[in-house]
Amino acid sequence: MSARRIVLTSGKGGVGKTTTTANLGAVLAKRGHRVILVDADIGLRNLDLVLGVEKRIVFDLVEVVEGRCQVRQALIKDKRLDNLSILPAAQTRDKTAVTELQFAKLIEQLGEMCDYVLIDCPAGIEHGFRNAIAGASEAIVVTTPEVSAIRDADRVIGKLHERGLPLRLIVNRLRPEMVRTGDMLSVEDVTDILSAELLGIIPDDEEVIDTTNKGEPIVLQTESRLAVIYDKIARRLEGELVPFTTFSAPGFFARIFGKAS
Amino acid sequence: MFDFIQRFFGKPASSATAKERLRLVLLSDHLSLAPDVVEALKHDLIEVISRYVDVDAANCDVSFEQQDKQVAMLANIPILAMRSRPSPPAAPPPAAPPPPAREPDPAPPPSLDLGGATASVTAEPQTAANVAPGRPAAKPAAQNGGSRKRRRKRPGATALPSAG
Amino acid sequence: MQEALQQHELPAASAVPRKRGRAIVITSGKGGVGKTTTTANTGVALAATGATVVLVDADVGLRNLDIVMGLEARIRHHVLDVLEGVSTLDEALVTDKRVPTLRLLAAAQTREKDDVDTTAFRDLIGSLRDRFDYVLIDCPAGIEKGFTNAIVAADEAIIVCTPEISAVRDADRVVGLLGEDRTIKLIVNRLRPALVRKGKMLSVEDVNGILRLPLLGVIEDAPDVIVSTNKGEPVALDAASPVGESYRQIAQRITGTLTTPPEIPREKSFFEKFFGSLR
Repeated sequence: MSARRIVLTSGKGGVGKTTTTANLGAVLAKRGHRVILVDADIGLRNLDLVLGVEKRIVFDLVEVVEGRCQVRQALIKDKRLDNLSILPAAQTRDKTAVTELQFAKLIEQLGEMCDYVLIDCPAGIEHGFRNAIAGASEAIVVTTPEVSAIRDADRVIGKLHERGLPLRLIVNRLRPEMVRTGDMLSVEDVTDILSAELLGIIPDDEEVIDTTNKGEPIVLQTESRLAVIYDKIARRLEGELVPFTTFSAPGFFARIFGKAS
Repeated sequence: MFDFIQRFFGKPASSATAKERLRLVLLSDHLSLAPDVVEALKHDLIEVISRYVDVDAANCDVSFEQQDKQVAMLANIPILAMRSRPSPPAAPPPAAPPPPAREPDPAPPPSLDLGGATASVTAEPQTAANVAPGRPAAKPAAQNGGSRKRRRKRPGATALPSAG
Repeated sequence: MQEALQQHELPAASAVPRKRGRAIVITSGKGGVGKTTTTANTGVALAATGATVVLVDADVGLRNLDIVMGLEARIRHHVLDVLEGVSTLDEALVTDKRVPTLRLLAAAQTREKDDVDTTAFRDLIGSLRDRFDYVLIDCPAGIEKGFTNAIVAADEAIIVCTPEISAVRDADRVVGLLGEDRTIKLIVNRLRPALVRKGKMLSVEDVNGILRLPLLGVIEDAPDVIVSTNKGEPVALDAASPVGESYRQIAQRITGTLTTPPEIPREKSFFEKFFGSLR
């Protein structure tokens, strides 16, 4: 049976697509699904870095499409999780090295080999974006609760609707203390404005930076708060109705002593 | 602390400002991205106005402009002549509304001939979905001739200072 | 047009020959590191010194410079309108009442980056240089056509980079693509000194050890910026904002009035944190 092919996109750069792709993929793999992650950001690849596999790249996506190697030769198996593999992007500059049709066929081919294909989409709505969505059957739009990100997400949602792709929303980098003081849009504000179905709420967590530095997705730390949250997102993807975490803002003393809730 | 005092005295939280700004900006974006909706709106608008005055349908124009606190529709509808009697409400529209039956005036009275004068209409903010056929967002054109405020800026035309 | 003349007389292209303005592209490779915020605030700070500044949004289809500046309601025409002759340049330039010598040239929201003719865009920047002291070009993320267009007319570049490995990697790529002909300087944005001390974030030295560029500024991560974007009020307008102060210094380094290198923020002490949170 063919896999679910999900593109993670946003419009705005830097909202957490790659981090989310890596962590969601890892969690799905932990839950027993066979997962292939695809880095569609030809020229500015980063999924390999976030997963810590950058030194193990032999072949890349463009070489597969051009027939210079087999898919299996290019796929990098994660050493920590049996069911997780990644197809790295090429570092060549030219996103036009691959056409939409070629990309779609590649994703279809990958879909025969696993249960989930997660496609990490580049920022923007140019050629790279069109490629990334070409092979997908559904989309996750990642946004932060900030004005520019929401505006770009809106544009992307419009484009996804044009293609008839079902989509759900992840609100990333929420800061509950700022929402409480009215300095940040709430999740409800965001879903109101974008009129999209919510898939997950991920709070801002400075630990993510450290884990990216080390190339170890945070969900591998099973007790971490984000691991629990990504697990919930995975369960929702599987079709389970999971209530959303409510985040309490840290109190006065917690802020002084620097702890988040 | 200062923030707290500001909020106590009723200054709006920035998230509320952000939400409102986004609402307007996205409305503006969506309108520009839906030319077919705008076309349908323009067609219906012309039809309704044509019940009261004869318009130069080929030179009608409808656009949307974001202003400080709202998105406004600007319609530029050249009016050719007043109808001596408003025609009854139109039946479900054919593609082009037929001219109403009336006595032909060999020399229309100057006071009713509006020549090339244009009417400008500002509508209340509506989402594109709200502006449905049969529910005109625009007010009927004013009766008197004479000067009109030309609110819509065309390339090359002198611009009026915009609101805010 | 009338507004522009009322606010501040800008020299027309036919006026007495002046020294040609500087065209600086603000780029990064990685998205979301603060290019648009930097373009807006650097522009505001430069204009506050009295220089004439035009901000150009090169992110066709995903424009945000207008909304960061709080001018989104004033956009009537954009770059493509000017390039295609639908409007004149003066009709497209938006004035900012808060900063009289600043103008904004917005991107088109409902068009594609492919629609921009690179040569025409380059010529447009050239004619802006004849009229303004500074032309700041906000580059889109990535290295596709949007990027190519944005850099074509600029002989100076500012790379904005956060202390995160993906950002540094992408910035390094962009340095390579910008080539030898351009002067390139670095702004490190969103530094968190406490994390640097704990070894959980790259330091400025780590970042610039890889990029090896003259350092224009170091900006500490602060929630001010989110609030300022919510309101459409660039922090550089706020005399009390430390981030605003960083941008003011960046402007002074650009004009050459400040020649000392940027100070690297260090972690706040317990008491600074305590009193800081009471603000």
